[in-house]
Amino acid sequence: MITIVDYGSGNIEAFINIYKRLNIPCEVASSPEQILTAKKLVLPGVGAFDETMRILKNSGMVEALNKQVLENKVPVIGICVGMQILSKKSDEGELEGLGWIDAQVKKFEVSKLTQKPHLPHMGWNTFKQEKENSILNELEPNKGFYFLHTYYFSCNNSADILTSTVYGDRYTSAVNHENIYGVQFHPEKSHSNGVQLLKNFANL
Amino acid sequence: MLRSRIIPCLLVHNKGLVKTVNFKDPKYVGDPINAVKIFNEKEVDELIVLDIDATVEKREPNFQMIKNLATECRMPLCYGGGVTSPEQAKKIIKLGAEKVALSSAAIENPELIKSIGEEVGVQSVVIIIDVKKKGLFGKYEVFTHNGKKSTGLNPIEFAEEMEAIGVGEIVINSIDQEGTMKGYDLKLFESIRKKISVPLTIMGGAGSADHIKEALNKFGIIGAAAGSLFVFKGKYRAVLIQYLNKAQLFTQK
Repeated sequence: MITIVDYGSGNIEAFINIYKRLNIPCEVASSPEQILTAKKLVLPGVGAFDETMRILKNSGMVEALNKQVLENKVPVIGICVGMQILSKKSDEGELEGLGWIDAQVKKFEVSKLTQKPHLPHMGWNTFKQEKENSILNELEPNKGFYFLHTYYFSCNNSADILTSTVYGDRYTSAVNHENIYGVQFHPEKSHSNGVQLLKNFANL
Repeated sequence: MLRSRIIPCLLVHNKGLVKTVNFKDPKYVGDPINAVKIFNEKEVDELIVLDIDATVEKREPNFQMIKNLATECRMPLCYGGGVTSPEQAKKIIKLGAEKVALSSAAIENPELIKSIGEEVGVQSVVIIIDVKKKGLFGKYEVFTHNGKKSTGLNPIEFAEEMEAIGVGEIVINSIDQEGTMKGYDLKLFESIRKKISVPLTIMGGAGSADHIKEALNKFGIIGAAAGSLFVFKGKYRAVLIQYLNKAQLFTQK
């Protein structure tokens, strides 16, 4: 059972639709009680860092998420801003992130980009696998994923880097620390690669 | 490596999909959800869906339709048409669109772009600029209300103003080329590409893979949007939802 966290950010419908087509049971959680019984968690996110943290805190689910992820080691995947809030802090805002991964979120340096367009990093980009993990099974790196962001995830511990992508510099496009996963791209909008990744997450 | 986006643009009119020529003579080409299903199979890079009735009829976006489309889309969706407030934009993103496009409302009140950016994030705000040549010397001018309302604005200056306020993408649509399938107005797009650095998407006139290739070769990474190319086949314009072979497009440079 996949539990999609509905705290008011991100398009949960697209995830539900994909899991339905895969015949993988999924549910939507909007209360701490539901989080505490979850077996696998999807944490979507769209928008700005502070706004995302604010509504997540207001949802009253942070404590339950901390318990489920950090103590009970339930697999969790953060999507886009949902990945960024796994970090300790972001250049984009003032609020603290969830701090589950030792990392911070920084703004892309425009000076590193050799051609237009500059920001946001928008469109289909490829990735390089940085470590073994079954969540990356049967993906096609050259088909890539869809990205839409201006800030990037910067790991303090290189062992946490799952995939990297080049935009100016090479940066972390997917992260993994123990049971915690994050992807900067949008698997729910990335055709076959995206569906495969969500399926792999369900099979972890 | 980041690559260019090849984007079908669908127009919604009377709840069906239509294709126009120079923003006129809408021809029915099918059902929106059905088209999205076909584009899913074709693995298109992105979709732009524009409700061309909303602003003209002074009504708000059809949220149920947006929800249905966004749920079906396995590719990013940009919705435009009738958006006049940050609340509406937020709702559209929440329904599952990645981007919200504005045109006339932003032209009348550029501050709206700023408040929407604060609500949904600048990366999700798209400004669509409809451009038409006007007068004896064919000077480019920004138009709204499906090309009927002249604004007196210079498209380059307006694009610069929008970038300064903060948008994630600028879509330039050439009304003179729209639906003609005779090729893009590359001169117009070049003058704007030079002045702005946010992602740029060009629209209006693409009729063949060669037109798209020409634009990719000229601009490097760009969004290349088209309508007719992806809904018509042959000179009699038989309706057929189709897409280009991306592998071919990106290797035959």
